[in-house]
Amino acid sequence: MSQLSHKIWDPLHECLNRSDLERLQLERLRTTLDRVANVPCYQEKFQQAGVSVNDIHTLDDLAKLPFTTKEDLRLNYPYGMFAVPMRDVVRIHSSSGTTGKPTVVGYTRKDLDDWSGLVARFMTAAGVVADDIVHIAFGYGLFTGAFGLHYGAELIGSAVIPMSGGNTERQIMILKDYGATALVCTPSYALTLADRIERMGHDPRTYLSLKVGLFGGEPWSEGLRREIEERLNIIATDNYGLSEIVGPGVAGECLCKNGMHIFEDHFLPEIINPETGEVLPPGEKGELVLTNIVQEAIPLIRYRTRDITRLHYDQCECGRTLVRMDKTMGRSDDMLIIKGVNVFPTQIEEVLFQVEGCEPHYQLVIEREGTLDTLEVQVEVNENIFFDEMRKQRAFVESLEKRLATNIGLHAKVKLVEPSAITRHEGKANRIIDRRKG
Amino acid sequence: MKVQQISIFIENKSGRLAEVARVLGEKGVNIRALSLADTSDFGILRLIVDNTDVAKDILKASGFTVSKTEVVAVEVPDQPGGLSSILGVLDEAKVNVEYMYAFVERNAGNAVIIFRFDETDDAIKVLQQKGISILPGDHIYGL
Ligand SMILES: [Zn+2]
Repeated sequence: MSQLSHKIWDPLHECLNRSDLERLQLERLRTTLDRVANVPCYQEKFQQAGVSVNDIHTLDDLAKLPFTTKEDLRLNYPYGMFAVPMRDVVRIHSSSGTTGKPTVVGYTRKDLDDWSGLVARFMTAAGVVADDIVHIAFGYGLFTGAFGLHYGAELIGSAVIPMSGGNTERQIMILKDYGATALVCTPSYALTLADRIERMGHDPRTYLSLKVGLFGGEPWSEGLRREIEERLNIIATDNYGLSEIVGPGVAGECLCKNGMHIFEDHFLPEIINPETGEVLPPGEKGELVLTNIVQEAIPLIRYRTRDITRLHYDQCECGRTLVRMDKTMGRSDDMLIIKGVNVFPTQIEEVLFQVEGCEPHYQLVIEREGTLDTLEVQVEVNENIFFDEMRKQRAFVESLEKRLATNIGLHAKVKLVEPSAITRHEGKANRIIDRRKG
Repeated sequence: MKVQQISIFIENKSGRLAEVARVLGEKGVNIRALSLADTSDFGILRLIVDNTDVAKDILKASGFTVSKTEVVAVEVPDQPGGLSSILGVLDEAKVNVEYMYAFVERNAGNAVIIFRFDETDDAIKVLQQKGISILPGDHIYGL
């Protein structure tokens, strides 16, 4: 594994000292604000908030500006938020838009070049080099994922296989025959590939030439990372982006795998309390807000990502000085407030998945006794976590409770239930029963 | 010298014990001995039946979490201090008892103690050396 490259793609921008970085950020922020001042939506928003772009003298002044939300993009569908005339736009992408109208974003020629450079940064950070053969199994289309990784890999000089999605057996044949060394897909698809290779009678650890995987497009846990690394015998790395803000290329992991470096010379990150909108001090967990300070076509100011994370400003061993964000812990829409503590169902899932052989079905039940909230984590028993001795069974429950308390910062009662006691649902939201309401 | 036992996880709510007895009874499995250890939330039901493997399959198919364990059955002499002398032997040899439960043999009327040990083989050796009567599995299943 140590043969992976530790190169830095753009050391000038990825290793800036903080004061130089902040000077660059402020300069770029002010240029961007001058440009969005012509966008009617921003004119209106700034006026309503009683601020002018001339009030922004420092990076801290950013907090004076109002947030931009997905709703703003919908209200200005399709091109209302663009800051350049259509003749300068060379590409349109859009979100999947599972509900209602999709959100539309545009790129100028320079934006596409910048985007390629950003993706090249995180692919290089994951160890991808010119010698690599990069198999891209994201769907090509309106979705930003496939094109982003495609451009980044080409810029690095790797050989790109634009495979797109679907037909797993054919994917495996091409992965094998073309000798792909890097895999780009969703984390769940990586497991699908491993399953299929096994069913074909091969060992997925040795069947392919893969060294590294760059996974994204859906949230995934550390448990899933370990499973992918173990089953495919690769390094699995995470990266972050959203279609409203460039796509993939906002942040990515280096081989230290201790958070994703946010490319701060392009994006100003803030962490806010999703309830109040207040900016939180460094290190606190909250909703990530991004301001795009380089993009020309559609630079979004204080865009609420709805993703919950935490930022780490201490220096990373890889040499990059850029801030690192944790794997996203869920959407602010999923956040539960229990006894005043912000709790995300994904944090609890992470603890449960850490238990060997557990992979349990679980359900969270929140109740109010008098004025006190209680959280009960119901876990279905399976043979791996069932002990014939009461002493061991109780010790298991206690150790889970202890780990949950450490992880979510609040006492949760663990209740073991029989298999199938929890109704199976699609999606996570249904794992939560909040009896405090109604 | 060992006796097969099955343990079943049950939630502590009414009807679960009866449900176990019902599914086993329907398939003609006879329960020889039974013990329940419980907390306010859940219980661990331990059974010795006439056909361990069949019972395990039936219960699993009915959605229960089941495990199979090995225990030791000891006949207690019908005299004062019978049980305490056995416990004394185990204590002296530093054999750790995880749990135990008792039932009365239907025909002979003798008390039988079921022991779950940490180290089953070592425990059997200690008991045998002291001449304590261990009942073989077949004897218990066929009671
Ligand atoms: Zn790093």
